[in-house]
Amino acid sequence: MTPGLVLDGLLVLVLLWLAWAALGSRDLFRGIVLFIAFGLVLAMAWVRLEAPDVALAEAAIGAGLTGALLLATWGRLPGKSDGPAATAGEPGLWLHAGLALLLAAVATGLALTLFAEPVAPGLAAAVEAELGRSGADNPVTAVLLNFRGYDTLLEIAVLTSALVGVWALGPAPRIKETTPSEVLLGMNSILIPLTPIICAYLLWAGKSQPGGAFQAGAVLAAAVVLYVLSGRRPHLQMPDAPTRWGAIVGLAVFVGVAVAVMGSGRAFLQYPVEFAGALILLVETAATLSIAIILAGMFIGGRPEDEP
Amino acid sequence: MSPIDLLSMVLILGGAAFFLAGTVGVLRFPDVFSRLHALTKGDNVGLGLTVLGLALRAESWPAVGKLLLIWVLVLLAGATASHLIARSTLRRGVKPWTAP
Repeated sequence: MTPGLVLDGLLVLVLLWLAWAALGSRDLFRGIVLFIAFGLVLAMAWVRLEAPDVALAEAAIGAGLTGALLLATWGRLPGKSDGPAATAGEPGLWLHAGLALLLAAVATGLALTLFAEPVAPGLAAAVEAELGRSGADNPVTAVLLNFRGYDTLLEIAVLTSALVGVWALGPAPRIKETTPSEVLLGMNSILIPLTPIICAYLLWAGKSQPGGAFQAGAVLAAAVVLYVLSGRRPHLQMPDAPTRWGAIVGLAVFVGVAVAVMGSGRAFLQYPVEFAGALILLVETAATLSIAIILAGMFIGGRPEDEP
Repeated sequence: MSPIDLLSMVLILGGAAFFLAGTVGVLRFPDVFSRLHALTKGDNVGLGLTVLGLALRAESWPAVGKLLLIWVLVLLAGATASHLIARSTLRRGVKPWTAP
């Protein structure tokens, strides 16, 4: 048994246990913290599967921003007590043992199916063969933005409509003026100016190495979340019109490019080979802006409105 | 194994030891404040030793710079997060644990 196999087996076990604990937790706060931990361990699993792009997105969006969203929601729930959660009757030893056996069996089964048989070759060779014509050197970017561009287009459409749903529920709640910690303000004054650089780096890196619009957008959204949390301004209101346009520009540019390349025998989303790189960069830049606004907008939790 | 490799391995194992000690501390210490103490030791020194060990094996100077930047950013975020948790815990009226 190789060390890698032991690590993978452990990861599978920890993931199953975290998922079970997060779902089964009677204490909501505990459940949310376990869910965040689940996202981080899942990111490690993606790293083990040699998909660092997905790992970055999982850590930034799955664990980071979704965790912040859940925690913000938890903070607004009425009737939560600050004291320790009431301890319900502990399940018996037999239940514990039974569940442990079941989990172990599932994990063993998963590990066996994964490693006993040679893993199916998948489409890696096909992607490799066409990589030169895709406009990207990073196979993940080539698949996401070119070969399977339709999937990514729909993902951005889903995100955009999710924000429309949030906005439909009402205006953004006014954040009460607080006395933010000086330490938090100090950290923000260092971290927030760094985020546009990190965002631009991730966006540019997507062409040839792990990175891309989702990761870059999440980093930018994180800066807004930090800003909102610092409560320096009593009500952070993003200006109305630019926010609305920014939220749809990703979807609009993607659809626009997809339609514009049609003609002279090309289908929807079929980029001409010589312009593929530039078109992917254009789509990704617009998508980064929209993803950042959408994720930050969901955290703020309501429609932007201009100051009266 | 070259001396550099050996040193790198010792540093990374030392970092892992700090992470392990920090984890045991989080699980075993009596209250929020002492757990934060254990956690930050693991994060700061553990990650610092790991980064040093990896920097010795880095292929280029820019890679060393990125590793150090990661460490500094985690230091900043970790210290701030611990401070915020401790601050809000104090404000909720939780008294630090003292030996009975």
